[in-house]
Amino acid sequence: MIQGFTAVYLREMLLLKRRLIKQIPSWSVSPLLYLIAFGYAMGREMIIDGHTYMEFLIPGLMAMSSMTQAFAIATEINVARFYWHIFEEFQAAPVSNVSYVSGEVLAGMTRAFCSVVVILFLGSLFGVRLSLNLYFWAALFLNSFVFASLAVGMAMLVKSHADQGMLTNFIITPMAFLGGTFFPIDRLPVWAQKIIWFLPLSHASDAVRMASFGQQPDLRSYGLLLIIGIAFFFMAILCVEKAKD
Amino acid sequence: MIKIEHLSKHYKSLQALKDISLHVPKGELLAYLGPNGAGKTTTIRILTGLTRSTRGTASLNGFDIQKDVLMAKQQYGLVPQAINLDQELTVSENLYIHGRLYGMKSTEIRKRKHELLNYVELLDRKDSQVKKLSGGMKRRLMIARALMHDPAILFLDEPTVGLDASIRRRIWALIKKIQQQQTTIFLTTHYIEEAEFLAQRVAFLDEGTIITIDTPQNLIAKQGQWAIDRIVNDQMETLYFQSRESANQYNSENDTQYTLRRVNLEDSFLAVTGKKVK
Repeated sequence: MIQGFTAVYLREMLLLKRRLIKQIPSWSVSPLLYLIAFGYAMGREMIIDGHTYMEFLIPGLMAMSSMTQAFAIATEINVARFYWHIFEEFQAAPVSNVSYVSGEVLAGMTRAFCSVVVILFLGSLFGVRLSLNLYFWAALFLNSFVFASLAVGMAMLVKSHADQGMLTNFIITPMAFLGGTFFPIDRLPVWAQKIIWFLPLSHASDAVRMASFGQQPDLRSYGLLLIIGIAFFFMAILCVEKAKD
Repeated sequence: MIKIEHLSKHYKSLQALKDISLHVPKGELLAYLGPNGAGKTTTIRILTGLTRSTRGTASLNGFDIQKDVLMAKQQYGLVPQAINLDQELTVSENLYIHGRLYGMKSTEIRKRKHELLNYVELLDRKDSQVKKLSGGMKRRLMIARALMHDPAILFLDEPTVGLDASIRRRIWALIKKIQQQQTTIFLTTHYIEEAEFLAQRVAFLDEGTIITIDTPQNLIAKQGQWAIDRIVNDQMETLYFQSRESANQYNSENDTQYTLRRVNLEDSFLAVTGKKVK
């Protein structure tokens, strides 16, 4: 199993290394704009639960960015599949579906962690210091696992690049804005909070935020993210099998 | 080495392959010849585990492609019709990733990479990004990549499509060289001269069925040795003769414009299927 897994992961890392100089600014642009517009300009005077808005925003941005970057592996897979036909090379190789999915999911998670490091650096420029404890990293790990697994499954189901864009619009964008990145979810009506409870990002944002403030996060969020991640991972394996034909 | 029994493939209402049976022994180069849409690529996709068959069985080196998928995949190298190299990676990196996919150790990969790049005359381009290579170089690299794990069987799906004549001949020479090492080669092509030059046996495929299979010499001999192409009532007509003398004699008795030439596989294909290959 390991042979295919390392090859798939290594390929993604070689590509990432080659594009890193372009990739770092690209990971920085959106968070930097959010920090300037919402954190610095709009929310300068705002205090939420005893924290400045900037302190509130940065953990949310890290959760959101880990989601978007983990999910972005779907785009890489689709370029390899529809444009370069490299997916065929993996399909023809003696590599199990589990190995392929594991390699791609780990690549997505690596991208997610790189983007989190970029935001941590940007946050430090704004003078924000967070507690980077085990709960903090575990929440980001699980969040990126959930969305990288979802991305691999979705990448196998779509029929074109256009479909991929549509998925991002319908899944990732609403999640980014409603998943507790920019505002506390308890400010919404109760019925809306109940719906948002089902979004994995809302649990990740909450856990990352609590952990980075040095508080005890709700461990049920970790359990839920783990269960969703495992479910998406197995779904991705089935989707890779289905992609034949 | 390659054993196919009663293989069929349906895509909804389309029957792409109809009850195909075939055996390719070790070291043979079989050319699988047919017009576009005949089922050549579908056969390769089934044999390489990229597509499931609707019915029938196939095995590679004794490993069933459905039951022993991973072992069956270890037996072959594949050069698909579309160039599927990682364009952003270097020549060397492409080969390295392939080696890792097939469970090769790093030292083994380094040695084999050097050997193969030398073999396909790309050693001086090992650190070039693939996107900077010419079409012919990319094809040679794809062949080298397919040979990385030293497979017993090589599938070549239209390996020279889109290449100019001189590069095509260079690829042919490379395929001949591989053939001499007792690698079993399954070649799909719609270039008649490619099949004629390279193959020990040729299978004619039309509308998902193998029409006939034999050596190129026997297939040609069934038609005769010489052919006359002539225009009759605005229609091209081809007549076949066993000797040049009998062809010349026919022409001296019939006062029409004509072209005298050797019979080739295209004639055989046309006679059997009523169609041109391309």
